[in-house]
Order: sequence, then structure tokens, then C-alpha cells
Amino acid sequence: MGRLIDAGPDRLSRAMLGILASLIDGVLVGLVYGLAAMGLTLIWGVMDVINLTHGAMVVAGMMALYLLASALGISPYLTLPPVLIGGFFVGVALYWIAIHRMVGRPPLMSLLSTFAVNLILIGVGTAVWGTALFNVEVSLPGVSIGRYTFPGAHILAAVLAAVIAALLYVFLHNTRIGKAVRAVANNREAAELVGIPTTRLLAISVGMGVSLAGVSGMLIGTLFPFTILSGDGYQLKGFIVTVLGGFGNPVGALLGGVALGLLEGAVTPFVPVSWTLVIEFVLFVLVLIAFPGGIFASRRGAL
Amino acid sequence: MKRLCLLAAAAMLFAAPAFAQDNSSADTITVGFTDSQTGPLNVDSLGQQRGYEYWRDEVNAAGGIKVGDKKYTVKFVSYDDQSVGGRVQQLYTRLINQDHAQFLFSPYSSGLTAPAAVISEQYGKIMIDSGGAEEKPFELGNKYLFMVITSATHYMSGAVEALKEKNPHAKIAMVYSDDPFSKDVMKAAKEQAEAAGLQVVMDESYAPSTTDFGPIVNKIISSNADAFMGGGHYSDGATLARQMYDQRANMKWVSILVAPADDKFGELGPAALGVTVPSQWEVQVAYKPQFGPTTAEFATAFEAKFHAKADYHAASGYTSGTMLQHAIEQANSIDPEKVAAALNATDVTTFFGHVKFMTDPGHHGLQAAHEMVLAQWQKVNGKPGRQVVWPTAAQSAALIYPISASQ
Repeated sequence: MGRLIDAGPDRLSRAMLGILASLIDGVLVGLVYGLAAMGLTLIWGVMDVINLTHGAMVVAGMMALYLLASALGISPYLTLPPVLIGGFFVGVALYWIAIHRMVGRPPLMSLLSTFAVNLILIGVGTAVWGTALFNVEVSLPGVSIGRYTFPGAHILAAVLAAVIAALLYVFLHNTRIGKAVRAVANNREAAELVGIPTTRLLAISVGMGVSLAGVSGMLIGTLFPFTILSGDGYQLKGFIVTVLGGFGNPVGALLGGVALGLLEGAVTPFVPVSWTLVIEFVLFVLVLIAFPGGIFASRRGAL
Repeated sequence: MKRLCLLAAAAMLFAAPAFAQDNSSADTITVGFTDSQTGPLNVDSLGQQRGYEYWRDEVNAAGGIKVGDKKYTVKFVSYDDQSVGGRVQQLYTRLINQDHAQFLFSPYSSGLTAPAAVISEQYGKIMIDSGGAEEKPFELGNKYLFMVITSATHYMSGAVEALKEKNPHAKIAMVYSDDPFSKDVMKAAKEQAEAAGLQVVMDESYAPSTTDFGPIVNKIISSNADAFMGGGHYSDGATLARQMYDQRANMKWVSILVAPADDKFGELGPAALGVTVPSQWEVQVAYKPQFGPTTAEFATAFEAKFHAKADYHAASGYTSGTMLQHAIEQANSIDPEKVAAALNATDVTTFFGHVKFMTDPGHHGLQAAHEMVLAQWQKVNGKPGRQVVWPTAAQSAALIYPISASQ
């Protein structure tokens, strides 16, 4: 009978533990959201183009995971290298098809052209695979604190997201190509004057942006079941994260992802879950009003 | 001259549909419906659509529906509603006005059936409903809407009874999609659980588009519940089941709406085991049909045709067809008023169970006789499969409680 009645302090500590668990969960998932948003913000930072194929690319990563892991029977995590590399080439192709002619034109042009490609990709995907739910089974031992468990897949995905983000940072700051990308972001004309092949670098940037979207999709696919239409939700989260983190700032995007995850974790224990999205968007608007460039906004071109 | 033109135009307006109707009523009956070929309701809708198609092919193979000396073959007209309520009214209007559908079947889910029913009533078309269990549309005085399945308020009663028998002190977390069907079901479930002396320690809804249930699962664990009831449709229900398993929520009892009734749910592997689902029909139920196939005949033939196992959406979809056919044959007419009267008088048992419609104006068309069973995912020959576990009289395997024993 004693177990049925909650003693005061016991109940309090359990509640605290529950909130802590939610926050940790938030950070884990937030890192993956942040990785996805990095792809979005990288492209924006370099060429002022909002890539509306982002959601479709996230889904492409998920589908690659599903097809490779279930058809070839390989471990879900071994699909990371092919998705990373494949995503890069898809991105380069996307640049030549939908973005190249739009760079430097009014933003609406690139919005429309990438949105069109997004609709085509989702339409073809729906025709081929339908909108059924796909599930990739991942069995990794989790870590438990009290009665709360953090699934192994969540921990590994967060670690991988952080590692990839760190590698991107090192790449942008310590390699010739990386420095050139930053130079193009800073001032394209000046970069061109000193002999940097800007067009090629724009293509490389889109390649990297799409590659990041694909990898984050692949990682999300190890966490939750998904459908062809799942991309929209993650694209929406990408925008919130980008606004929190600052347009054109990849490191800020990662922090923005963690901030969003923490927010979800902090809010859910106290309000009905259907309010989470409302609160997120209220915050989105408030941040836009207070910090028009995002919380972690950097000087223009400080990629 | 202007007047003449107007008059001619008006005449054309009236004449055109009349001509068209002449064509369509040759020796076919046109049945219209929408299905969700895309969107979140895709999986559940497919079963229902196959049920419809199976019935049509069977009727046409037998020469059609007999009315007097005539035999009418059945023709379908259908569109993809993309799982979107806004598309439904437009498409049902089109089915009636342009495609001249004489009878209608419901789309899948309560959320889509309610708007479709507005159109079918407006045009006085009979619509057989096997996809929407919400009761509200039947309390509005509709005359041509008939539900062949058990309605929402009875979905969880079996689960509540069974749980009470296993653990009269169970503490239930109720977490469900905020669509009209799930809310209807869980509101009734809460009343039934509390009346049975069970404790409801959490009662919350989520947006149907939710993809990450991690924070919700933590909240369920914090609520100290040992039983879970909720869900909505396929995508969210399956994701919930997987995340409760991944995060080791350690529920002793899990009942999820709709999703586990689909065979695809088995793809979740160990996360599926132990999960119970209220089901309109399972291959193990054995009603004695007054006409039509037995359960075994239906299940075998269905699988041979579609290379997929029949689930309750398929069986209820098929039943929409047989009930319409039975009523047309009883009425010996395809006149909507006469067929509606025959449906009002329907009181039959098929492999799907006992079907009878309420006739009082406050609940007209609501299902009055059909009963649901409770199915549980268990290991069947080493693989996950569904067994009927409640009511005990109909069970094909014993109920496993707590469910950790099955995993």
C-alpha cells in the first residue's frame, strides 16, 4: 500500500529527475536538429539563398538509410559515409539545376526554384514509396537514470552530430577550400578579384549543405519512424533553429538546435504537449523582434 | 433575344445532368468514395479500399446485384483525398454531380467522414460508413448515413474491463491524438475507467503530426502510471509504441488505437509485443454468417487476391459493400428512399459480426449491434502476430499481463 502513496520529498525528487531527463533528451535531439539547420544556414551564409529543398533532402537521407539498411542489411550507422558523400554530389547537382542562375537575383527567385524542386522530389518519392511509415530497427543499449532511459541511438546520434559539426568548423577554418568558402561568404567580388573560383565554391557549399541535411535525416531515421512527408516538420524546425542561432552562422545553428531541444525539454513537463509548437513559434517571433539577425548573429560573412 | 438565350441556357443546365443520368443508370450502379492514397492515413485507408474492391469484384463476378429481373454490375469512382479534410467535400460533390455516383462509401477516418457526410446528406445520397467511428455526425438527424462498425465510445470498453480484471488498482496514462475520433474514444474510455475504479493519472492530447514522442514518454514515466491507453492513427501510434519501448517506460499494459490492428505494426519487432488494440474484427473471430463468406473464406481469398493479410479495415470496408447490396436486394429497388428504409430494417449477422442500425432520430444510422474484440501482439510461432484475448469467450490465446512477460 505504501508504494501507492507518494511521499512529498520523494515525489519532488522524482519530478526533478523527470525534468532533468527531459532536458538531457532535449539536448540529444537538439544536436541532431542543429546539424540539419547547419546545412540550411551554410547555404544562406554563403549565397543568401534559402534552400527549400532542405526538408526533401532530410527525407532523402532517411530513405537512403532505410533502403541501404534494410535492402543490403548493413548496420544503420554504416550508411553514414555513403549518405555524406552522395548528399554532396546531389547538392552540387542541385546547385547547377536550381540555384546557379538565381544567385544574386531577388530572394523570391531562389525560393521559388528550390520550392519547385522540393515539390518534384516529394511528388516522385510519394509516387514510388507512398506515404507509409518506415521504421529502422536500431538496438543499442541505453543509459538509465532512475526510471528514465536515454536510448543508445539517441546518444550515438547526438555524438555523431557534434563530431560532424566540429569537423565542419575545422574544415571552414583550417583548410584552403574552407577559407575560400568563408572568403566568398564575406565578399564575393573581392574573393573573385584575388582569383578564387567563386562559382565552383558556391557549388561546393550547396553540396556541403545538402550533405549535412542528408546526414541529419539519416540520424533522425535511427531515432524515429518516418514517412516521405516527414521532411516538412524538420524543415520548419530548421527555420526556428536558424532564427535562434543566427542566419548564416553554422556554429550558431548547432547552438540554436540545442536551445530548441532544451526549450522542448523544459516546456513539456509543465504544459500539455500540444502547446509546445505554439510556444516555439511565439519565441520565434519574439526573437525575430528582439534580435532581427538571430541570437548568435555574427557580423556578415563571419562563417 | 437576351431572354431567349437565358432560357436556353437554363434549359441546358437542367437537361445536361438528366441526359448524363440516363447514361449511367443503364445496368450499372455507380458507387463513389475517396481514399487516402497519400498522407498520414494512407496505411489504414488502404485496407478499407481493398475491402471495397474485393466486394465489387465478387459482386461483378457473380453477375451483379439483383433487382427484379435486372442485374446491376457495380462501378467505382474514387479519388485520392490526400488525407486532407478540405479535399473531401470538394471531391464528394464532384462524385455526386459530375460522376453521378448513386451510392457513396465513406472516406477513411472520422475527421474525413464528418465533412463528407454533410455533402451526402445535402444531396440525399446514402453513404455507408466503415471508416469513421465518431458519433457526432449521427446525432445531427442525418437520414442517409449508416455506420457498419462499432462507434468510438465503445472502442476501449473491452480494454478497460480486461485491465480491471488483471489489476483493479491500475494507474492509467491516457495520451492521444487531438483528432475527433481519438478524443471521442478516450473521453469515453476515461469515464469507463473511472467508473471501473481505475485511476487516470495523466490525460493529454498531442498534435497528429507529432514525430518525436520523447518528452511525452518521459512525462508518462513521471506520472507514475503502470498502464497506457491512447494513440490515434497509424503513424503516431506506431511511433509512440516504439519510443515507449526504446525509453523503457515499463508499462504493464499498453492499449493503442488503430495502429496495432495493421500487420505493418509487426515491423516494430520487440516494441510491438504485448501491445493491445481494440479491433472491429480479427481473423480468429468466428461468427456464423447468414450469408456471404465465413471468416476463414474471406481471409484466405483476400490474401490470395492482395498478397496481404486481411485486417479489420478490409473486413469493415467489405461489409459496407455487403450491407448496401443486402439493402438494395431487400428493397428490390435502387431508389435511395427505399434502400434507406431497407437499411433501417437491417438486422443480420455476417462473418464481420452482427449489424443493425439505430433508427431513433437522435442516433439515426449509428451501429447498434456490432461488437469489438481486444487483440494483443504476441509471439506466434516465434514471430509477432495478433491474438484475440478479450472477451474470454472469443479468445484465441490468453491475455499476457504484465506485458514485459511477452518481450
